[in-house]
Amino acid sequence: MAIEVKEREHKDVETEQLATGCEAIAEAIRLADVDVMAAYPIRPYDGVMQAAAKLIANGKMDVEYIVADGEHSQFEIVKHASTVGARVFCASSGVGWAYAMECLVVTPPLRIPMVCLVGNRALDDPGAFGVEHNDALFVRDLGWMLCWIDTSQEALDTTLIAYRVAEDRRVFLPLAISADGAFLTHSQAITMVPPKSKVDQFLPRYNRGDLLLHPDNPITVAPQANEDWVIEIRRQNDEAMKRASTVIEEAYADFRKVFGRGPENPWFEEYMTEDADIILVGMGTISLPMKVGIRNMRAQGKKVGLLRLRWFRPFPTEKIVAVLSKAKAIGIVDRDYSFGSPFNSGVVATEIRAALYNSDKRPPLLSFIGGLGGREVTLEDVYKVAELCYAAANAGKSDAKTHWLGVRE
Amino acid sequence: MMSDVVKTDPTGITIEIVYRGIFQKTLAQRICRSIVLAARKRGYTGTAFGRYGDSPERNGVPAKYFAVVAINDLELESSMAKYEPKVVDIAVAVDDTLVKGVESWAWYGRQPIWKPVHAGGAVLVTSDKTPEAILAQTDTAERPYLMGIVPGLASFAGLWVFKDDHTDYRVLGALAKIAPDWVRIEDVKTLIQEQTKDGSAVASAQDGYDRTRLRAVKVGEGTSGHEVLQFEKPGWTTMRPGVIVDARKPGERNPYYKKYGARTLRPVVNFDTCIKCTMCWLDCPDECFEVTPEGHYEVVYEACIGCGICAQVCPVKDCIVMVDELKFEDNDDKWQLWKTDHDAYNRWFEQKSGVSADPKSTAGAGVMTAEREEND
Repeated sequence: MAIEVKEREHKDVETEQLATGCEAIAEAIRLADVDVMAAYPIRPYDGVMQAAAKLIANGKMDVEYIVADGEHSQFEIVKHASTVGARVFCASSGVGWAYAMECLVVTPPLRIPMVCLVGNRALDDPGAFGVEHNDALFVRDLGWMLCWIDTSQEALDTTLIAYRVAEDRRVFLPLAISADGAFLTHSQAITMVPPKSKVDQFLPRYNRGDLLLHPDNPITVAPQANEDWVIEIRRQNDEAMKRASTVIEEAYADFRKVFGRGPENPWFEEYMTEDADIILVGMGTISLPMKVGIRNMRAQGKKVGLLRLRWFRPFPTEKIVAVLSKAKAIGIVDRDYSFGSPFNSGVVATEIRAALYNSDKRPPLLSFIGGLGGREVTLEDVYKVAELCYAAANAGKSDAKTHWLGVRE
Repeated sequence: MMSDVVKTDPTGITIEIVYRGIFQKTLAQRICRSIVLAARKRGYTGTAFGRYGDSPERNGVPAKYFAVVAINDLELESSMAKYEPKVVDIAVAVDDTLVKGVESWAWYGRQPIWKPVHAGGAVLVTSDKTPEAILAQTDTAERPYLMGIVPGLASFAGLWVFKDDHTDYRVLGALAKIAPDWVRIEDVKTLIQEQTKDGSAVASAQDGYDRTRLRAVKVGEGTSGHEVLQFEKPGWTTMRPGVIVDARKPGERNPYYKKYGARTLRPVVNFDTCIKCTMCWLDCPDECFEVTPEGHYEVVYEACIGCGICAQVCPVKDCIVMVDELKFEDNDDKWQLWKTDHDAYNRWFEQKSGVSADPKSTAGAGVMTAEREEND
């Protein structure tokens, strides 16, 4: 034989790998023993597709791997597989995710615990492939759980947690993990890969129970339901999303018990916020230049901190308000846009502004748009954000404007 | 003694037109528009709208269109942004088979044709039959109402490819007769003259006004042959999650799938000539046929919508005959009769279908077709 296939080996120890975000997620797919995944290529998510195919080729993973004729079919395939009890994985990016939209909208009401990766990519036109968050945000109002990650390690860990949360009977909702194109999907970092034995302790098998489509359980899924039932179906989804908050906290606590790592607070990462006058907010890899900038500013005596939001749906309203209401000013950098929105802000700024509405303490809130189309967010950008936030803190009010970072005039 | 005029609120009148999807959609719309435009001539305002849903776009499925006339815009507002009014002053059935009942909005089962009509309101039916013959098909009245028979046959004139038959004008004339406070015959005639410049159309409105036969219906009159289904509306805590409904087990029928209101013709089977080929059973889109112990196929009439596919695919001439629905007053299956009294069954078959039960006979097509041709 010309090709030597390595023997399957799952030692009971953690191994270290230099992995991209996509490769880390492929490892998680292997560890979670996914039954069915469907693929259709589009950058930047497709690193997962390639890494998973290689794991199968090398005999390290056994998964029904279906290459679809487009994203619409891709998401339909796993949706149907999930109804018959398969643990499923699917992923896409940018306009590919948009092309799957008809399937994406029906997945939450059907209570399909599909776990997806969205390799964040700018929407066409122009046909570019750098990161913007608007693709994943398409589903923010539809009953999808939605989170952002910023390292390969978090990619792997969050994928395992995602199955625990989505497949919990109290939830049964789809979950999209968003990873910044290039900076995470295509960048390698040291990643600890846990042994399968530990994953098995953490992650039970998917059990669809009485919702399982099976000849022994005769049901009809998604008939042309009575038009008078729609509001009740929406209300069911609402309740499932509310219950997801509890399930997410349980899953992170168990993850820490089993693997000995992971954050205490699932919802967001706080970096030097304890005594911060100014708190910056962002999602994804934008946290990295922010952290560097914050350290530099701290060296000059400026008390700046970062709140990196992980979970966008469900949105951790009370917890985020508790942290941000203590600041003297808040600077939110959106890697997305919402043209014509209140104050022409990005989506995260609009949400946080709304979350603070009922708070007794509402610090000046500044909205920034940065890094669109994958443009790097620089230290100078971070300093500018902090500077404007300080000015607002001193003035005691926001300038009620949205500032664009690094855009050429 | 009941009045020949419907009682209405002083602020307005609500009229519903019950029609069959696709075939009569435009006809119903035209009647409702004309009601509003005629009322406009005396300074009233109004709105016309169809019951939003699937039924208007489905061949032959009962559907509704509404006209509301009000004394002013403020009064009209209380009738707007609704799928359907809960109470109407007049219900018009443009096809007489519709008196067997109409599916509610959102599939909560067949309802009596008079269901939304308040006491002292009216039901108008376009028909060539007597009020008594129509009453024999209509659910037992729970409130007194006025029945009016507008002379005419089921109309296809709403379809572009069919000639206008003035059904709309006759109905408008009939409405002017029973609701003169809101729709005046002179306004109707002026409107039609303006719209058509056709004296015969105006004459048809007058004809509807003059020839509509009225009959007061008392509580208890009508037939109890129709089942009124009861529905438990599920709440978000009782509904199964995941848009899942229980499937029927083999051999079990859905107790709610009783859509015979869509039927204008029903299949009648000659079991003597049946060759048990299974074609009707296989091709029926609604799985209406049950296999008898002898291997025949009997029709479950509550499930049958009268599409006629069984009669088309049946390879034996006149074995399945489509018969005018108004010749039947119930949904009873007659296979038991064929088993117990073969001759009685065959007499029944011949009487209903107009076709000889004897396979060697050369009798022609159904009586219904012949009758309708004569009437044209």
